[in-house]
Amino acid sequence: MSAVPVDIAAAPAAPTVPVQGKIGLLRRALQRKRTWIGLVLSLLVLLVAFLGPFLTPHSPTAFVAPPFTPAGSEAAAFGTDILGRDVLSRFLAGGRTLMVLALLATAVGVGLGAAIGVIAAYLRGWADEVLMRTGDVALAFPQIVLALLFLSIIGPKLWLLVLMVALGHLPRVARVVRGAALSVVERDFVRAAESVGIPRWRIMLGEIVPNISSTLAVEFGLRLTYSIGLVAGLSFLGLGLQPPTADWGLMINENRIALTVQPWAVILPVIAIAVLTVGTNLVTDGLAKAAVGSDSGVRA
Amino acid sequence: MTASAAPACPTLVVDRLKIVGVPSMAVIIDEISLEVRPGEILGVVGESGSGKTTLGLALLNYCKSGTRVDDGSVTVGNEDLAKLDWRAVRQLRGRTVAYIPQSPASALNPALRIGTQLQECLSGSAETVLSRVREVLREVALPDDDAFLQRYPHQLSGGQQQRVAIAMAFVARPALIVLDEPTTGLDVSTQEHVLRTVRDMCLNYRCAAVYISHDMAVVAELADRIAVMYSGRVVEIGDTADVLADPRHPYTRRLLLAVPDLEARRPMLGIPGHAPSPLARPTGCAFAPRCPMAEEHHATEAPAPVDVGPRHTVRCHKAHLRLPPVSVSELPRPVSAAAAGQPVIEVRSLQAGYGPIRVLRDIDLSVQAGECVALLGESGSGKTTLSRCIAGLHTDFTGELLLDGDPVPASSFKRSRDQRRRIQYIFQNPYESLNPRRTVGELILQPLRALHGRVADPAEVVARALEQASLRPDHAYRYPAQLSGGERQRVAIARALAAEPEVLVCDEITSALDVSVQSSLVELLRQLQSRMGLTLLFITHNIALVRNIAQRVAVLEAGRIVELGAVEDVFARPQHAYTRSLMQATPNFQLPPGLHTPVVSTATSDAR
Amino acid sequence: MRRMLLKRCLFGLVTLLVVSFVVFLATQALPGDAARAILGREATPERLAALREQLNLEGSLPSQYLNWLGSLLQFDLGTSLAAKQPVTGMIGPTLVNSSVLMLSAAVVATPLAIVIGTWSALKKDSAVDHATGIVTLVLAALPEFVVGILLVLLLSTGLFHLLPAVYVGTPGQQVWNDPAQLVLPALTLVLAVLPYIVRIMRATMLEVLDSEYVQQARLKGVPERTVIIRHALPNAVGPVAQVIALQLAWLVGGVVIVEYLFRFPGVGFQLIDAVANRDLPLVQALVLAIALFYVVVNLLADVVTLAANPKVRTAR
Repeated sequence: MSAVPVDIAAAPAAPTVPVQGKIGLLRRALQRKRTWIGLVLSLLVLLVAFLGPFLTPHSPTAFVAPPFTPAGSEAAAFGTDILGRDVLSRFLAGGRTLMVLALLATAVGVGLGAAIGVIAAYLRGWADEVLMRTGDVALAFPQIVLALLFLSIIGPKLWLLVLMVALGHLPRVARVVRGAALSVVERDFVRAAESVGIPRWRIMLGEIVPNISSTLAVEFGLRLTYSIGLVAGLSFLGLGLQPPTADWGLMINENRIALTVQPWAVILPVIAIAVLTVGTNLVTDGLAKAAVGSDSGVRA
Repeated sequence: MTASAAPACPTLVVDRLKIVGVPSMAVIIDEISLEVRPGEILGVVGESGSGKTTLGLALLNYCKSGTRVDDGSVTVGNEDLAKLDWRAVRQLRGRTVAYIPQSPASALNPALRIGTQLQECLSGSAETVLSRVREVLREVALPDDDAFLQRYPHQLSGGQQQRVAIAMAFVARPALIVLDEPTTGLDVSTQEHVLRTVRDMCLNYRCAAVYISHDMAVVAELADRIAVMYSGRVVEIGDTADVLADPRHPYTRRLLLAVPDLEARRPMLGIPGHAPSPLARPTGCAFAPRCPMAEEHHATEAPAPVDVGPRHTVRCHKAHLRLPPVSVSELPRPVSAAAAGQPVIEVRSLQAGYGPIRVLRDIDLSVQAGECVALLGESGSGKTTLSRCIAGLHTDFTGELLLDGDPVPASSFKRSRDQRRRIQYIFQNPYESLNPRRTVGELILQPLRALHGRVADPAEVVARALEQASLRPDHAYRYPAQLSGGERQRVAIARALAAEPEVLVCDEITSALDVSVQSSLVELLRQLQSRMGLTLLFITHNIALVRNIAQRVAVLEAGRIVELGAVEDVFARPQHAYTRSLMQATPNFQLPPGLHTPVVSTATSDAR
Repeated sequence: MRRMLLKRCLFGLVTLLVVSFVVFLATQALPGDAARAILGREATPERLAALREQLNLEGSLPSQYLNWLGSLLQFDLGTSLAAKQPVTGMIGPTLVNSSVLMLSAAVVATPLAIVIGTWSALKKDSAVDHATGIVTLVLAALPEFVVGILLVLLLSTGLFHLLPAVYVGTPGQQVWNDPAQLVLPALTLVLAVLPYIVRIMRATMLEVLDSEYVQQARLKGVPERTVIIRHALPNAVGPVAQVIALQLAWLVGGVVIVEYLFRFPGVGFQLIDAVANRDLPLVQALVLAIALFYVVVNLLADVVTLAANPKVRTAR
C-alpha cells in the first residue's frame, strides 16, 4: 500500500483544465500547423475525388484523340493515354470509388477491431486469450497477401476487397485498442461501477470507451491512411475496379509502361494518392500528439 | 554547542536560490537560503507542489527539463555550483554530492548488474574500487560476495534494493547527500530500518544530509534541523527541538497539528483551504488566504525573514506575535459494546486468494451497526482483499459473508439491488476512482441510477450529497481534473453517500493525500459516523489514524487477524508480538503543550 | 528462458498449422468447386475430373486436408496448373531472389534507422530532429508503389537517367550479378520500412533517457557517453527488436507490389502471376512460404527481446 502523495502540479486546482473529449482533442490537434496542412491536403484530394466525376471535359472511357497525344493539346489538357482516352477526365473520374472503398474498409475494420479489443481487455480470461491468439495467427498473413489469396479465388469483387482490407486491419486494431483499454480497465472507477452493479456492456460503453476515444481517433486516421494505400495498391495489381472503368490505381498500371512518353497519366494519380495519404497521416499525427496524456493508453 | 566553539564550516550553503519554469517563467522556488554543516541532517518538510524535490535536485546542479536557475547560488564545500563547467559538475555528482531518489526500484538500471552500478561511481584501480564496494555493502548489511555483485536489480527484494541505493550514495564518501522521500511507500518496519541505516551512515561519514519528506513525524525523529516549505519558499527553519517546541509560522503549527497523534491524546486537525497552484504563485505571503491572522496587505507583500532565535528564522509578517492556541473538537468517543447495535456485517472463516495463492486465511470478523472497525496491516497483509470481498469486487473466496444475518453472494453483479446499496466502497486513490470523462454531478448520480433507474430529483440528490461531504454546490459541474486530491476524495464520499448506504468501506482513503487533507477527511468521516449513524470499515496501515477514528481494530498479518479488540485495549496492552513491533516502528510524534486548547467535549472545529 | 523459447516455437508451429488450414480452406473448399472455377463454364466433365484429382479434391474435407498436409511435409507442393511443372522446383529460385532483395533492404534499413532514430532522440527538438520527424511522417504515409513510381520518375525516366526502371534479366542469370538492377526495388523497400524503425527508436530512446535510472546515472556523475551506451541503449533494444521484426515481416507483403512494379523475378511477382492464372497449387505454396517467413522472423525477434531482458535471462 503505497502512500505517495499525488503531486498537485499534475492536477492544478484552478479550473483551467481543457475540456475533455473528442472536441477537445480536435481543438488541441488543430493548434499545430501540421494538422492544418494535413487537413487542407486531404480535403483538396477529397474534393477532386467527389466533385471530379461531375467536371470531366470528356467521357472518361471515350476515345478522344490518338494515343499519347501530349499534354497541352486542344483535345486533352493533360494529353491522352495508351488507348487515346482523355487523361484529365480519367483522373477526375477515377478517385471516388477509391475513397468510398477506403472509408468503408476503415470503418468496418476499426469498428469491429475496437469492439474485439475492448471486450478482450474487459473480460480477460479465456475470452481474451482466444480472441488475441486468433488475432496473432491472422497477423501471419501480410495484409496484401490475405487480400490476394481471397480475391484470386472468388474474383475481383468490390465488396470482397472492402472485406479483405477491413479483415486485415481487424487484429492490428484489436491489439492496439486492447492495450489502451487494459490500462483503463485496471482503474478503480471501473471497480466503482462494478460495485454498484452497472451491467458489463454499459461499463464498456460508458466507462471504458470514452476514456480511449483518443486512441480510437488516432487508430482510425492511421488505418485510413493504410486503407487508401492498400485499396489503391490492389487496384494497381488489377484486383479492384476492372477496365475500362476510370480508377487511379488502374490508371497507373495501364500507363506505367509508357512513363517516358506520357508521364501525366501516371503522375496525376500518383500525386493525388501521395497528397491524400500524407494529408491523412499529418492529421493522424496531430491527433496522436494532442492525445498524449488525454487517454491512459495512447502511444506517442 | 558552547559560544566559544567556532561553528564548523558549513558543507552546503544555499543563498537566495530561485528556480523558474521555462518558457513560462513561473516561479517554482524562490528566496531559498539555508546551510547544512558536516554530520548534520536537515529535514525539508512540505506538501505536494511545495517545490521540495526541485530544491533537492538543484543541490546537485540538476534542473529537470523545463526549469532553470534564475537567481541565487548553491555552494558545496567551497565551490559555487553555477561556476563549474560540465566536467566538474560530473566530478561533483556522486563524489561530492550523492542522491537517493524516491523509489530505488526505478532508479536502479534493470539491465545492469549491481556490481557494475556500484563500481561506476568510483575511479581508481579495479582492486581498490572493488574492495571499497564490498566495504560499503557490509556497512548497509548486505552480502559482499561476488554472487551478490553479479545480481540484477530484479533479483533483490524491495528492502535490498533500497539498501543498494543507499550504498550507491555513500560509496564515494560524499560530503553531502540528498535524500528525496526515500521511505515513501515503505512499511513502517522497513522505513524504520532505512532511517536507522541513513542516520548511522551519516554519523560514520560525518556527511551532511538533506532529507526531503512530506512526513513531519519522520523528519522530527531523524533530522537535526527542520526547514518547512510552503509554495516554493522556506517559511520556517530552525533546530528540530526549537521548531517543534515553539513553531512560529502559522503553517508550521497547523502542519504539526495535522499529524495524527499515535496515542490519540488529541484529535487530528486539517488545514482549511488549499495551497496555491504551483502555476500561479502569489506575490505576497502564500499562506495568507488560509491564515487566521492575515491582514489585507499580506496577500501582496512578501514577508521578510525574521530571526526569532538562534539559527531559527521565520518568514511571517507576525513572526513575533504569540499565536493563540488552536481550538480542537472532541475525541472519538468509544462506542461501548452494550451501546453498539446488531452486527451488520459478519465474516465467517473466510479464505481468499488469487488462483493458487492464498492471501487470507480463517478470517472471522463482525462489524456492529454504528461503529468504526479499523483493519490495520502492512502491504501484503490482505487487508484490501478482505475489503474487496465485502464489497463484491473480489469473488475468489470461500466462507460466509453475512449482511444483517443473511448470506450475500460473492459477486456484486449477483447481489440484490438492496444489498449493493447498503455497502458502499471508497477507493484509495481518488485520481483513479473517478471517471475523468464525467462531471461530479454525473458521478454522484451514477450509483443511484444503477440501483433505481431514474432518479426523481437529481439536482436535489447531488446538492445534498455535496453538502454532506462538505463540498460547494458549484462543484457539481466540474470535472475531476479540475479538483484537488482532497476534493476528489470528498466527491468519492459524496457518491457513496448519495446511495444512502449503511456501511462505508474505506480502503486507505487518505494515503494518496497530503497530511493536512488527510486530517480533514478523517474528521469528515467521524462526523458522518456520529451524525448519520454510519457503520465504517476503515482500512489503513497507519496506527495513528486507527487511534483517531476507530472504536475497534483488527490487526492483520500475512492474511490472518492476529489481534482484534477495542482500540484502547489493543494499543495499551498489545497481546501479539506483531502488534508490538508495529507500534515500536511507528515514529511517536509528541506535540509541545500549548499548541492547542485542552480537549473539550463540546468544542467545534474550524477545520471545515 | 529455454522454456519460454520452446513455448514460442510451439506457438509458431500452431500458427503455421492454422495458416495451412486457412489456405487449404480458401483455395479448395470455399468457392464450391475449385475445378469449375478454374476451368470455367465450358469445361468438359473429363477435364474437370482430371483437375479434381490433380487438386486432391476427391474425398471428404478432412481427408483432403490430411492428404494435402502429408504431401506438404514431403515438400511435394503439387504441380503448377499453368507451367505443368512441380511447384517445389518453381519457387526455389524466386525464393532466393526475394530473399536477396529483402536481405539487402533489411541490411541497409535496420542500422541506418537505429542510428537516425538514436541521433534524433539525442538531438531532441533540434532542426535535425524536426526534419527527421517530417520526412519519416511523409514516408510512412506513402504506399510503397507510390514510393517506387516516384523513385522511377526521379532516378530513371524523369530527372536523372541513372538506373533501369524495371528489371531486365536473362533467364539463368542471378539477380545479384547486376547490382544496379537491385537498387531501385531495394531502395523502395528501405524507404518503406525505415520511417517506422526510426520513429520507434526515437520514441523508445526518449523514454529510456527520461527514466529515473538514467537520471540517477547522471546524478552519479557517469559520463554522458557511458550513460547512453551502457545505461540507455540496452534498455531500448527489446521494444525496438519487436518493431524491426514487424517491419521485416511486413517486407514480405510489401515485396509483392514492389516486385510487380519492377518486374523483379521473386515470390511476389510470381504470386501475382499465379493469381492472374488461377494457378492454385502455386498460390498455396507461395502464401505458405510467406507465412513461414513471417513466423521465423518473429521468432528471431522474440529471441532477441528475451535475450535483452536480464529478468528472463536469469530465470531458469
